[in-house]
Amino acid sequence: MLDSLPMLTILAVVPLIGAIVLWSLPAAKSAVAPKVALGFAGLELVLLVLTFMAFDRGNAGEFQLTEQFSWIPQIGASYALGVNGLSLLLIALAIVLVPLVVLAAWKEQGVGTAVGERAAVAANRLRLYLALVMVLTTFMVLIFAARDVFLFHVVFEAMLIPVYFMIGSFGNGARRRYAAIKFLLFSLVGGLIMLVAVFGLYFQGPRGEEGFLIDNLTNVVADPTLEKWLFIGFFIAFAIKAPMFPVHTWLPDTAQHAPAGTSVLLVGVLDKIGTYGMLVLCLPLFPNASTWAAPVIIVLAVISIIYGGLLAIGQRDLMRLIAYTSVSHFGFIVLGIFTFSSAGITGSSFYMINHGLSTGLLFLVAGFLFLRSRDGSSQLIAEYGGMQRVTPVLAGVFFVAGLAALSMPGLSTFISEITVLIATFEANKWAGAFAATGVVLAALYVLLTYQKIFTGPKVEELSDKPDLNAREKWVVAPLLALMLILGFVPNIALNYLEAPSETSVSVLEGAH
Amino acid sequence: MINASWLLIAIPLASAAILLLAGKRSNSWGHWLGVLASAASFAVGAGALLEMLGKDASERVVDVHLFDWISAGSLQVDAGLRIDPLSLTFVMLVTFVGTLIHIYSVAYMEHDTDRRRFFAYLNLFVASMLILVLANSYLLLFVGWEGVGLASYLLIGFWNHNPNYATAAKKAFVMNRVADVGMIIALGLIFALFGSLSFDKVLPQASALVAGNEGMMNLIGLMLLVAACGKSAQFPLQAWLGDAMAGPTPVSALIHAATMVTAGVYLIVRSGAIFNVAPTALLVVAIVGAITLLFGAIVGCAKDDIKKALAASTMSQIGYMMLAAGLGPIGYAFAIFHLLTHGFFKAGMFLGAGSVMHGMNDDVNMRNFGALNKAMKITWITFGLGWLAILGVPPFSGFWSKDKIIESAFATNHGEGWQPWVFGLVALIGAGLAAFYMSRLFFMTFHGKARWSTEESSELPTRHPHESPALMVWPMIILAVGSALLGLFLSLGNRFTTWLAPVTGELEHHDPVLSVPVIMGATLVLVFLGAFLAWRQYGAAPVPTEPPVGSLLTQAARADLYQDQFNEAAFMRPGQYATRALVYADKKAVDGSVTGLAGLIGSLGIGIQKLHNGYIRSYAAMMLAGLLIVLIVAFVIWN
Repeated sequence: MLDSLPMLTILAVVPLIGAIVLWSLPAAKSAVAPKVALGFAGLELVLLVLTFMAFDRGNAGEFQLTEQFSWIPQIGASYALGVNGLSLLLIALAIVLVPLVVLAAWKEQGVGTAVGERAAVAANRLRLYLALVMVLTTFMVLIFAARDVFLFHVVFEAMLIPVYFMIGSFGNGARRRYAAIKFLLFSLVGGLIMLVAVFGLYFQGPRGEEGFLIDNLTNVVADPTLEKWLFIGFFIAFAIKAPMFPVHTWLPDTAQHAPAGTSVLLVGVLDKIGTYGMLVLCLPLFPNASTWAAPVIIVLAVISIIYGGLLAIGQRDLMRLIAYTSVSHFGFIVLGIFTFSSAGITGSSFYMINHGLSTGLLFLVAGFLFLRSRDGSSQLIAEYGGMQRVTPVLAGVFFVAGLAALSMPGLSTFISEITVLIATFEANKWAGAFAATGVVLAALYVLLTYQKIFTGPKVEELSDKPDLNAREKWVVAPLLALMLILGFVPNIALNYLEAPSETSVSVLEGAH
Repeated sequence: MINASWLLIAIPLASAAILLLAGKRSNSWGHWLGVLASAASFAVGAGALLEMLGKDASERVVDVHLFDWISAGSLQVDAGLRIDPLSLTFVMLVTFVGTLIHIYSVAYMEHDTDRRRFFAYLNLFVASMLILVLANSYLLLFVGWEGVGLASYLLIGFWNHNPNYATAAKKAFVMNRVADVGMIIALGLIFALFGSLSFDKVLPQASALVAGNEGMMNLIGLMLLVAACGKSAQFPLQAWLGDAMAGPTPVSALIHAATMVTAGVYLIVRSGAIFNVAPTALLVVAIVGAITLLFGAIVGCAKDDIKKALAASTMSQIGYMMLAAGLGPIGYAFAIFHLLTHGFFKAGMFLGAGSVMHGMNDDVNMRNFGALNKAMKITWITFGLGWLAILGVPPFSGFWSKDKIIESAFATNHGEGWQPWVFGLVALIGAGLAAFYMSRLFFMTFHGKARWSTEESSELPTRHPHESPALMVWPMIILAVGSALLGLFLSLGNRFTTWLAPVTGELEHHDPVLSVPVIMGATLVLVFLGAFLAWRQYGAAPVPTEPPVGSLLTQAARADLYQDQFNEAAFMRPGQYATRALVYADKKAVDGSVTGLAGLIGSLGIGIQKLHNGYIRSYAAMMLAGLLIVLIVAFVIWN
């Protein structure tokens, strides 16, 4: 029965309905908004389970649950959806993170701390914020399910709108508008370049009513020079999104000013569109150009690893620090993809999932920490000290999140990072050796930060701050559990990711 | 029991998880759960050992498959355990000494409010260490390798409200991570060359694959050595070990003396098949061992902190093991033999030091000790047995293991010429130095005049030394018995080397460049000389409570031969400058140019000038413009 339902469309539409419900709630009833949002997020989780049941894991390399309708036949755009193992897990990542973001947002927008008139305003703000989260969920499902280049690009651009408002209107700090604009500017420029390439590619394909289907555009570019240019067009957009050195500079500003929950989705999920796009669009559409560009990209990836790590060490703002760690981690993901080996690509695919979990956890627990500062929102590392004695559970969770960032065995991030590294040596020994130094930098940025915030003597004014409450524990528990389970038995996820990686490799090999 | 050997790891791991999750609720029973878990692990190990002893020597390497672990295209790794004489030796050492130290800690940590957390970390350590030695692949070994590093970090920084201790913990972890880079490179190279990471695929292939890959084999060996240097505090990655003494003393005994720090030696011996075809790497192993042996011995002669003196001694003794491992097949078994006896006597002495601290208000400065033999008789006697063992006085344990290393060093199979002489003499001198610094430590602590007083009125520090409770004393007694007898017991009929033969290969015999009685005689003369000099200076003569300035060498040794100053000048400060410069450059140069460029493209492409003014309207206009372009282009294409 599940096979006959358009599960992917249902997954995309339900949060949209949630958003509409939240929007149409009268302002006076804003108090129920978190529950409504949580309800829809929970329903989405149930639908996700059904989607997994409908998905055939034995054929994880194939795109399944496909739907295809003519959308704008005049230009050849189709509404075409489908998922392979990787896209399915990325959608799952998004859908697992959303309820946690909803739960975490409870207090983020000032609900519970403000009183009277301001409490009502805060509740209303939270309602609107959650509606944006729901809209974003719809787009996150669509982008990873899109099997049409035009549809992919439209969603790629459209999802900037909710994120822009989540940062600009609901962020923190005086410069949040600037951060939002910067985010938008970088993304739009990337999108614009990609748009040119999208149409350039279209002309190389069969055109017609299905002219934008990815399957119809795979390895169609005959002219090597043109293929290189089109590849570059796509790649720049994805490198900005990912973000890679040197186009990473929007991320620290954005993460610094976005609400913690927004950063979770932005860095944890949306940035993966960059690396996912490299894997699912760049490689099959432009296999020869990918091979051509690989040496340069590997160098950039290694630079990202080391550069991101060094800059993370130098940060004073915890959110900026986490952003730079992600630059480093995305370096690993890109590196693994461009080894063009099944091990490397599987490692990178798994890295995308794990990074979403671990960085998500880090942003969330950092957000909880900020609520316990003197002014209730300080992100400066130097504000804190000796917090392990004050809030031991929070400290423990932060520590585990840090261990995940430095790829400690037992946590899933270890499996993906070591797989990428080992695979890299087969492709390029120097790249492997340089990338391996990233583990030292990771130890430094995690442990230095932990030392400054949580060890040493207590800061007097903070010594009566409460530890994590039950709601906060529920936010972090699923992420901790997932990272541990996938750390011990990674094959649960790898069984979904291995086959798509082998497909990618065979497409590349077939092109030569 | 061999088939159930996964329980070895699962039990302490489960106990650690329970203790961490239960939190304060387990305050009243948590420590006993920790002891029980370690003891249960020992019982399983003993069962596996008995089963193994019942097998024929040719059937003593067993791989136990647990589950399919990583399935990532060309990289396929099983989680499985390799049960063989080498791993079982470690299992017995880790669980037996570990259990004793757990019991000791029940009393030692009695007044610490976080005692259950301490036991959680100890259990985590035991589980990780067992993963390390039982793993059937380099990748799973690396899991244990990182796990023990984590446990070490957590335990060094157990009292991390003291900023110095927090720094010490971080230093240990980061230096080990530097070494891990070597490990990761080795993993990558092994996989690239052998196409696998599991021992049963890699090790037997090494000699077949060496033709044409000599350089690669040596590189793999050197990278494994880098890894080993970090974990085992070998030159040049030794600087963390002294600071690691910030951890509670049972931790120093278990992790930073008996077990974890010897993991590097394990790695080399386990990879013997690779080192056998990588002569250059093997030679470097021996050189590193020889340097560290002397380094630790020199530092040990000058330290007044009882734990740091013991730590320097550990470094030096592991230098012996490395040297032995670096001698190749003639030394592998002796490296492990010394590792085992050292595990007993050094753990025993650390527990003794803990007992002294317990009775002396946690003072660690030996210049405030003296004449403790009367106040703490059992500590004195048990420590004394450990002292005789490490000196290598016959018939105590150290004599059997260390003497063999010295002999082998004089017979190195690195060929003729300078090597047997240099390695042999270094090992010989090291024995004399060890006799001096350990005797110095022993006499300063237990003999001579008391530099403390029970009288409040005295000018000396007021102390009330007393013997420790039974829970602390009994582990010390058991370890002391081991220090006395284990070496002899395992040497009878070459029991131990025969036992290890399935892993280390049959013992090769090379004739030393000096005859064995000459070497043995010279060693004993040097040992007695070292002990005598120490007695004259620290036993018979009064020990000043303020350290004399001393010679340049003494000053350098006291400052750990300026290892920290060197690391700070060479790595830390340049790193800090580079980081600061990069932060600045990222903001000004990279961000400036990229944002500028993006702004330019944005304004050209979309025709919006108000990008930086932050109006939402301008954003909306941009979106509209973008959409408009899409539609126009679409229209153009369609026509």
